[in-house]
This record gives sequence, structure tokens and C-alpha cells, in this order.
Amino acid sequence: MELRRTLMFVPGNSPAMLQNAGVLGADSIVFDLEDAVAPREKDAARFLVGGALRTVDYGSCEKIVRINPIDVSAEKDIAAIVPCRPDALLVPKVNCAEDIHQVVKWIEASEAPGQKEVKIVALIETPLGISNCYSIAKAHPRIVAMALGAEDYTAYLGTQRSDGPEIYMARTMIVNAAAAAGIQSVDTPFTDVLDDEGLVKDIAFAKKLGFKGKIVINPRHVDAVHQGFSPSAAEIEWAHRVVAVIKLAEDQGTGAISLDGKMIDKPIVERAERLLQLAKVLGLEGGQS
Amino acid sequence: MSSLKPSQAGTLESNDIVITVGLGSKGEGIVIEMQSTVFAQYGEQIRKVIEDTVKGQGIADIYIKAVDRGALDCTVRARTLTALSRAGVEIKEGQVWS
Repeated sequence: MELRRTLMFVPGNSPAMLQNAGVLGADSIVFDLEDAVAPREKDAARFLVGGALRTVDYGSCEKIVRINPIDVSAEKDIAAIVPCRPDALLVPKVNCAEDIHQVVKWIEASEAPGQKEVKIVALIETPLGISNCYSIAKAHPRIVAMALGAEDYTAYLGTQRSDGPEIYMARTMIVNAAAAAGIQSVDTPFTDVLDDEGLVKDIAFAKKLGFKGKIVINPRHVDAVHQGFSPSAAEIEWAHRVVAVIKLAEDQGTGAISLDGKMIDKPIVERAERLLQLAKVLGLEGGQS
Repeated sequence: MSSLKPSQAGTLESNDIVITVGLGSKGEGIVIEMQSTVFAQYGEQIRKVIEDTVKGQGIADIYIKAVDRGALDCTVRARTLTALSRAGVEIKEGQVWS
């Protein structure tokens, strides 16, 4: 199980941030060549990110590079970055499956023989992308996750970000499409770095919708997002009880059984097993309180 | 290398370096003028990284001014390559990070 609770953005033209990104605890680091880099510094960022990928030790962090959009300089970014062996590329403003096919062609042209396959995270941030998100999620086996970019999306809608109703449909469509395609869904970042209470509520809501992680644009948010997307002690205890009671049912030869007055059947057992698997990966013996 | 034009890359922020490329005279070799906040400890290493990067691109005569703020080797190399590229050097990718 690949953990992608946090995809933390780091500006691609900042040596200090690039070299220190690995110690901030995020599951994935996203080296940004797009919005965080001024147009006249794109060339410099490509060299800098390429060098960091080749020489800086980021430990167990997944290394993702956000390239520029397909109709801007994605081809140039891919040619420069893929040989430096990132784990994945975050492709912005994906509108349709054909966009992914084009990116895959460029990646294949740049990968060295024997190089570990570079994965793709599709960033959906246009109304057209939302409308096509299932076909995008299924476009190629290299796609491991799909993320929502709500700032651009709401701009395209002609509205602005508030406490969430304007992106509710986009969020649920991405979660549903990703689940149907068997990939992970990653929520849009919480952009107010001063609103800790709002951050916790936003994480809890995203988790409730089914997201598996969240984009992070400030290192201060990493711990809160990890906590929010990790199983709590109560959830782990519940999952253990579910697994125990279903084993009892199997021993007794019955198909379904109840726990605390609620029926336990196959989907509940599968959810409990996924939760225990995640707890195991995270090393949560007794869970979080 | 007479076709090179003056160029610059990098910033004066911590952990960065500003590389300025000027025109070198034929036969004078690779001339590097350097300032660094860590000159005593790492001056020679920074100079070597710049020189190796320039040589790796097949350049024999060039003037480079480097103002360092504690950059790692990979940053020194990246900023040198950016400045060379902006000066008109067609970067040979295969020799960039070897």
C-alpha cells in the first residue's frame, strides 16, 4: 500500500526548500515547475529539480514533479525530468484521456532502459476534466492517483472558494472515479495557513467523502493531515472486533452477524480489513487517540 | 565560443549561488572569480564543481563570476548549467549529472 496522505508542494526554483523538503515528514514531495516558478525561471527550475532528484537523499518520501500543462512546456519538462528518475509526475489541467496518452508517449521517449516506471498523478482542475474524470482515471495503468485543484476549478466556474459547496460535486466525482478505477483520490489543499480549526474540519470532511490524502502547500499542515487520514484508536478497535465477530460467524456457519446491534456483512468486513492494513503500514499498534 | 552572450542564473538567497557568465578570451582558459560565505571551507570545492561543469560542456575559454550563499554542489551545478544555457551553450544532457 502506497501512502499518499500528504502531497507537499515545494517551489522548484528554491534551493533551500528543495534540499530540506525531505525532513518535513510528508508522504510525497511535489517539486513544482508550474505555478510556483516564474515563466522566465522555468529553465533554471528544470536544472535545479533535476539535480535535486539525482543527488539529494529524500529517504522514503515519494518524489513527484509537477510539470507544466500539456499545451505549455510539458514535453520539455518531461524530457529534462524523467531521466532524473522521479517516482511520478503530477500532470496539471488534465482535461481528457488523450492528454494522459500524450504524456505517456513523452515519458516513454525519455525513460532510460531499465528505469523504474514513472507513474502519473492526474491533477483535475477544469470543468471538462471533472466531466471526464473516470475516463482519465482509467486512461493508463501508470496513473496511481487523481487530485483535485480547486482554485483553478472554481475560477473556471466563475465563482470563488468558500467553505466548500462550490466544489462538492467535483470532490465526490473525483473520489468516485478514482475508486471505480482502483486508484487513490487526493483532495485540494487548504489554503488558509492561519485557520487551524478550518483545516481540521476540511480534512475530516475530505476523509468522510472518501479521499485518501490531501495536497499540502504549507509544511505546518503535514501533521494535521496525517492525523486526519490515519485510523483512530476507536476505529482500529472497531475493525479488530469486526474481524473477530465475522470469524465467529464463519465458525458457526452463518453468513452475517451483528455487532453492537448493526449487521456485519462483506463490505463492512472489507472496510475493517483495509483499515487494519493501513494501521499496520502506519505502525499504529493501538491507533491514534 | 565566440557566440556566447553574457548571462546570469541564481539568486542571493541562502543556499543559492549567482553565476554570471562573461565572454572569455581565446587561450585564457576557464577564469572563475568567486565570492562565498563559506569560502574558507568550501571555496575550492565550489570552484571545482563550476570548472567540471563547464569542461563537461566542452568549453575551453570562459569568464565566470560566482557569488555563493552556501549552495550545495547540485545547486552550483544547476545554476552553472542554467547560466551556460542562457549564454547560448547547447547543454549536453548526458554529461550534466555524471
